[in-house]
Amino acid sequence: MTTIVGGIGTSHVPAVGAAIDNGKQHEPYWRPYFDKIQPAREWMAAAQPDVCIIVYNDHASAFSLRLIPTFALGVAAEYQPADEGYGPRQVPAVQGHPELAWHLAESLIGDEFDITIVNEMDVDHGLTVPLSVMYGQPHAWPCRVIPICVNVIQYPPPSGKRCLSLGRAIRRALDSYGGSDAEGLRVAVFGTGGMSHQLQGERAGLVNTAFDTAFMDKLIAEPDAGCLRPHTEYIREAGSEGIELVMWFVMRGVLDDRVHEVFRMNHVPTSNTSNGLLILQNARG
Amino acid sequence: MARTRDYDDIPGTYVFDGRRSQQGYHLNIFCMSLNAEANRERFRADEEAYLDGFDLTSRQRRAVIERDWLGMLQLGGNIYYTFKLAALDGLSMQDVGGAMSGVSGAEFNQMMIDGGRPVDGNRRTGEAPVGQMPEPPSPETSGTAGHSS
Repeated sequence: MTTIVGGIGTSHVPAVGAAIDNGKQHEPYWRPYFDKIQPAREWMAAAQPDVCIIVYNDHASAFSLRLIPTFALGVAAEYQPADEGYGPRQVPAVQGHPELAWHLAESLIGDEFDITIVNEMDVDHGLTVPLSVMYGQPHAWPCRVIPICVNVIQYPPPSGKRCLSLGRAIRRALDSYGGSDAEGLRVAVFGTGGMSHQLQGERAGLVNTAFDTAFMDKLIAEPDAGCLRPHTEYIREAGSEGIELVMWFVMRGVLDDRVHEVFRMNHVPTSNTSNGLLILQNARG
Repeated sequence: MARTRDYDDIPGTYVFDGRRSQQGYHLNIFCMSLNAEANRERFRADEEAYLDGFDLTSRQRRAVIERDWLGMLQLGGNIYYTFKLAALDGLSMQDVGGAMSGVSGAEFNQMMIDGGRPVDGNRRTGEAPVGQMPEPPSPETSGTAGHSS
């Protein structure tokens, strides 16, 4: 049986990755953000997960309008950083965990989550920026990664309720894992994307930090109520791209009903986005 | 599909639903092709010839050539796809955000530093305006030009 070391909610802003890759963290624009996330990096260094399950959305990199899986699970041994139109990020390749990933596939489908199984795909900023946020610039990522892609680009994305249910199904799978390395295997789960932001149209640049705060509060304390928020409310209140936040409910579902808030940060702006970072652990006792 | 949606009254917002996805499929697939460096080189060398390989409408083709970022959205483009073209031009998301909302990239960046565009006044068309917002576009009435190929 595995150990859940925690759940991480984080934005996955490309410009944050570029700031790290190009050594801009100490510039006036970036320094406040990187100062704020330092305690999260220290928590991550101490938590030492062996495997990170990263729930993110592909941005027209591995998938496109040609094929749009709502939920897709990577079972590969390795994933390369994607060329998203301006050359791949110069970050380490991502090492997978095929044995656990295949267990997830079998367990999830047995649990009526008919997830798409992916043997070959490149991973874009949606997955690699969260790793950079938590780990900085190591020569190799210190964990294995299981990617779970959620479609949030082609409307409609899955509901928050469905995402929460998927997280709970992933938890059941983790609890039943009997693989060769199962004993004591340390697992972290990331829900990525958000927070409030709108990249497109005349309303581009929308930020709503009151929404972001309320979203986190409800995610933590009342996930079964918070997951019922309609898509249109996300778009109206948090911007057309704020709807990515449904993916944080997958992370929440992996955790216990009662959780402890370890860390919370919200910073405006990173690029065109209200940037959030949240760490939760299962409440003890 | 329903003819109207409960998000149609959100101003300045082009929800990428099935209506827009149908309208913009080939435009977005063109943008997707720019993920490959070899294709980026071919496009840079001769934009018109490269676009001949995609089934764009004449209006979509013109929007690409003119780098009309808002026009591309109105013709079914999705921002994650059209941004690949912007990146090829060396533009930032602030540059594109400014172009779509009628300000310079620097002004847009300053708006973000100042806390971003407020939601108050920008929830519904017809609300007391904080910024100038046009009527929400209708995908049925845009992008109906014939094919250019």
